[in-house]
Amino acid sequence: MPSIDHSVLTWILLLPAFGAVVAALLPNRGKLVQSWALLISLATFGLTLHLPSHFDYNHSGFQFEINRLWIVSPPIRYHLGIDGLSMWLVVLTGFLAPIGVLASWRAIDTRVNEFYSLFLLQQTAMFGVFLALDLMVYYAFWELTLVPMAILIAMFGRDPGSRNSSRAAIKFFLYTFIPSALFLVGILALYARTGTFDYVELKALLTQNPGLFTPSAMWVISLSFLVAFAVKIPVFPLHGWLGDVFSEAPSAMAMVVAGKLGLYSLIRFHLGLFPFESRRVAHWMIMLAVLGILYGALVALAQNDLKRLLAFGTISSLSFCTLGIYTFAINGLDGAVFHVLSESITGGALLVLLGLMYERYGTYEIERYGGLAARTPRLATLFLVTVLALIGLPLLNGFVGEFLTLSSGFATSHLWGALGTIGVILSAAYMLWTMQRVFYGPESPLVHRLPARDLAAREHLALWPMAILMVIMGVFSPYWIRAIDRGVHALSDAPASTHPATAALLPGQPHDGEAQ
Amino acid sequence: MQLTRILPEVILTIAGVLIMLVDPLLPRTASRKSVGWFSVLAMLAAFAASAWQLHLTPGTAYFGVVQTDAFSVFFHLLICGTVLIALLAAIDSVRPETRDMGEYFALILFGTVGMLLMTSAVELLLVFVGLEISSISTYILAGFRRRTGKSPEAAIKYFLLGSFATAFFLYGIALTFGATGTTRIAAIAAALPHTTTPILAWTAIALILVGLGFKVSAAPFHVWTPDVYEGAPSPVVALMSTAPKAAAFAVLLRIFYGAYPSIQQHWWGLFWVLAVVSMTVGNLAALRQQSVKRMLAYSSIAHAGYLLVAFTSFSPQGVAAASFYVLCYVAMNVGIFAVVSHVGGYDDHLWSITDYRGLGYRSPVLAGAMAFFLLSLIGIPFTGGFFAKFYVFSAALQQRMFGLAIIGLINSGIAAFYYLRLLTALYSKPADGSPVLAVPRMSLTLGFAILLAASATLLLGIVPRSSLDLAQRGASTFFTGAAPAQPVASASPALRSDQP
Repeated sequence: MPSIDHSVLTWILLLPAFGAVVAALLPNRGKLVQSWALLISLATFGLTLHLPSHFDYNHSGFQFEINRLWIVSPPIRYHLGIDGLSMWLVVLTGFLAPIGVLASWRAIDTRVNEFYSLFLLQQTAMFGVFLALDLMVYYAFWELTLVPMAILIAMFGRDPGSRNSSRAAIKFFLYTFIPSALFLVGILALYARTGTFDYVELKALLTQNPGLFTPSAMWVISLSFLVAFAVKIPVFPLHGWLGDVFSEAPSAMAMVVAGKLGLYSLIRFHLGLFPFESRRVAHWMIMLAVLGILYGALVALAQNDLKRLLAFGTISSLSFCTLGIYTFAINGLDGAVFHVLSESITGGALLVLLGLMYERYGTYEIERYGGLAARTPRLATLFLVTVLALIGLPLLNGFVGEFLTLSSGFATSHLWGALGTIGVILSAAYMLWTMQRVFYGPESPLVHRLPARDLAAREHLALWPMAILMVIMGVFSPYWIRAIDRGVHALSDAPASTHPATAALLPGQPHDGEAQ
Repeated sequence: MQLTRILPEVILTIAGVLIMLVDPLLPRTASRKSVGWFSVLAMLAAFAASAWQLHLTPGTAYFGVVQTDAFSVFFHLLICGTVLIALLAAIDSVRPETRDMGEYFALILFGTVGMLLMTSAVELLLVFVGLEISSISTYILAGFRRRTGKSPEAAIKYFLLGSFATAFFLYGIALTFGATGTTRIAAIAAALPHTTTPILAWTAIALILVGLGFKVSAAPFHVWTPDVYEGAPSPVVALMSTAPKAAAFAVLLRIFYGAYPSIQQHWWGLFWVLAVVSMTVGNLAALRQQSVKRMLAYSSIAHAGYLLVAFTSFSPQGVAAASFYVLCYVAMNVGIFAVVSHVGGYDDHLWSITDYRGLGYRSPVLAGAMAFFLLSLIGIPFTGGFFAKFYVFSAALQQRMFGLAIIGLINSGIAAFYYLRLLTALYSKPADGSPVLAVPRMSLTLGFAILLAASATLLLGIVPRSSLDLAQRGASTFFTGAAPAQPVASASPALRSDQP
C-alpha cells in the first residue's frame, strides 16, 4: 500500500484540530476566519474521500490501520482504523463540515473565532469517535464531543447568553456525561480482567474465553455500554436533551450532534463486544424503538416550533435505525447504517433550510409563516425535496433505510413491524402538513411585510450537494451498502448467502456473487 | 556527601534568610518586586536541585532521618513547580504601598522548605517539624492582607483548627512510639507485627489520619476549608490549596504505605469511608455555592475524596495513581486560583458566579484559561484531570472495588454540574442592569504563570508518560520485592506488535 494509507487517518483526525487552533488566533477581519474554516473542512473532506477510493471491498477486517503504543502502563494504544461500518460515517462527517461552515457564514456574525474554532474541534472529536479502535482513545473522543457543543450552545443559543441557553448546555452535557461515567466503569472493569483496551484484542479475548466474566458481570457491563449509547442516539425514554439542543444550538452544530455517534457506537461496541447480551435485550430495544417511532411522530405533530418539530421527527426517524439493529438481520443492520447516513444528510439539509428561514424572518413559529412558496420558489423546491426524502419517498434516500429496517423488523415480529410502519404514515402527516402550512395557503402578515430573498449563491452551494446526494443515494444505494455489508456482516445472525429482501432490492450484491 | 540529600531545602532556607536580612536594608519606598524575582530564582534552583537528586542512588542521610528516592523527588519537583507558578502569579499583585512584601516571599520560601522536608523525611518527628514549618507560614500568609475583609478571621480560624490537627498528629506519633518503640518509618514497619500493644497502633493510625485529614481537607475534617479559602487573599489560596496539600498527601502515603502496611486491614476501611464522605459532601455542598472561591473550596474537598480512593487499593498502581492525581490536581488548581485572584481584584470584590458572567467577552484569554481548568476539573479527556481520575478508578477496579468506583464516578457526574454552571456563566451575558465590571489587563508574568499551569494540565492529559513513569518509580519504593499485580488473562504476544 502507498504510504499515505498509513497516515491518512491521522491526518483526518489532526487537520481540523490544527485548523481549530489557527482559527482561534486569526484576526477577525472580513471573512478571514470563515474562509479558513471552509478551507480546512474542504481539505479534510478531500482526505476522507481517499478512504472509499482505496477501500478494499474483499477485506472484512480493519483497514488503513495505525497502531502505536501511546501510554505504556496501562497499555493505551493509538490505534485507528476503519471498516465498512465506519468508512461512510467518516466521509459523511467530512461532507457535512463545509456545509456547516457555509450555513453559518452569515448566521454567526459575532465571536466568529470562538465559533469556528469550536466547530473544527467538534470535527476532530467526531472523527476520533469513528476512527479509534482503542477503548480509552475512543472514550476520550466520546467525552470530547460534549465540550465544544456545550460551550457553543451556551454562547450561541437562540437568545445568546440567556439562562435558557445555559440550561440547555448543562442539560445536554449532563445527560451524556453521567451515563458515560458508568460507561467508563464498564470499560475499566473489562480492562481489569483482560489487561487490554484494544478493541480487536478485547473482542478476540471475549470470544475465545467465554468464562472470563461471570454472566451477570457481563450483563452489567453490557448495560453500562448500552445506556451510554442509548442516551446519545437518543432511544425513546432517554431523549430529554434533544429537543432543547435542537432548539438552542446553532444549525451547523445541531446537524452533527444526533444519531451517528450513538448508533455507530451501539453497533461497534454493544453488538461487537457483547453478541450474547445484546441479543438478550433485543426485543426490549425493538419495543423501545417502535415506541420511539410513534412517540416522536405524534409529538412532532403537536409542535408549533419548526426546530422542535424537527427534533422529535429526528427521534422518530432514528428509532428506525435502532429497530433495524436489534433484528440482527443483515438487511436490518445494513438498513440501519444506511439510514444513519441518509438521516444525517436530510436532517442536516432541513436544519440548514430552517436556519435560512430564520435568517430571513427571525422566527421558527409555524403559525407566523404561510404562503412562502410564492415568494421564495427555490427555497420551497429544496424544502420539498428534503421533506420527501425525509418521509421515505421511493427513489430518495430515506426510503431505502426505512424499507430495509421495517422489512427486517416485520420478519422478527409482525406486531412491532406493523406498528413501526404506522410511523411512516405519521411522518408523512406531520412533514407534509408543516410544508403546507409554511409554504402554501395565503401569505401570513410576517411573510407579506418582510422583503423576500430567495436563495443566494452561497446557499445554493450549501444545499444542492445534499439534494443531489439524496437522489443518488436513493437510486444507487448498493454502492454504499456494499461497504456497510462488509462491516456489519459478522454481527448479524444471517448466514452469508440468503437475504431475500436485500437481494430483491439490491441485485448484484458482492456476497451473492461469492455464494455462487 | 550528606548535604546533597537536602540540597533543595538548603537552597531555599539560605534564600529565605537572605531576603529577611536584606529586606530591612532596602529603601522603604522601593518596590519589592525584585525580592519576588529573587525568590523565583531560588525556587528554580531548588527545582533543578531536586531534579538532580534523581541521579543520586536512593538512600538516607543524617542518621537516617531524610531519604531521597524517586518518591521524594517526584513530590519535590511537584511542590517546587507549584510554588513557582504561585510566586509568578503573585509578583504583580505586589502593591507599591505594601512594605512587608519581603516577608511575604520569605514566608513562602520557608513554607516550601517545610513541605519539602515533609516529603523526604522518614522520621516521624522530622515530618512533624516540616508540617509545623509549612503550617505556620501558611497561617501567617492567610492573614496577610489584614486590612481587607475577612482575611484576619480566616487566619485565626485556620490557625486554631490547624493547631488542633497538628496536636492530633503529634499524639499519633507518640502512640506509635508507645507501640513500637521507634519513630523511624522503616523501623516501625519492622516492629509493628511483633508489637504487644496493637491497640496503641490502631489508635495511632486514627489520630494521624485525623491530623492529616485536616491538612488535606478530607470530610469530615474539612469545615475550615471554605471559610479560609473565602477569607484568605486569593494568591495565597492558590498556594495553600495546592502545595501543602500535596505535601500532606505525600506524608499520608509515606506513613501508611511505609510504616503501617502490615495492619492494612485496619486502615483500609477508614480510607474507604473518608473517600466516600469527602467526595459526596464536597460535591453536594459545592452545588449550592454562590461564591466562586467557596465553590472551589468544596471542589477541592471532593478532589481529596477522589484521591483517597486510590489509597484504598493497596497496590503500586494505587500509589502511582495517587501521586499522579496530586500532580494534576495542583496543576489545575494553582491555575484556576491564579485566574480567580486576578479577576477577583485585590480585595476580592468580584466573588460570586454572577460576577463572572460575560467574562468570556471582556477578557477572552482569561476566560479561556479558566474554562480549560474547569474542563480539567470535570475530568474531560485530553486534560490532566481525566487521566488522574482514570488512573485512580482503574486502580480501585483492579482491586475489585466496584462500589467505590461507581460512587466516585457518579460523584464526578454531579461535580460536572457546578463546574458547568461557572463555565456557562463565563460565556453568558451579564445580568440585566448590572454594570460591566472591568477586569484589569493581565500582566505578562501572570499570563506566563497561567500558561505554565495550563500547559502542564494539557501535557499531563496528552503525554502523561514521563510523569507517570516517575510516579510509578516512586510507588515501587513501597513495594520492594512484590511483583506488580497481573491481570488474569493477557492477550497473546502476537497481537501486541507495535506495527500493523
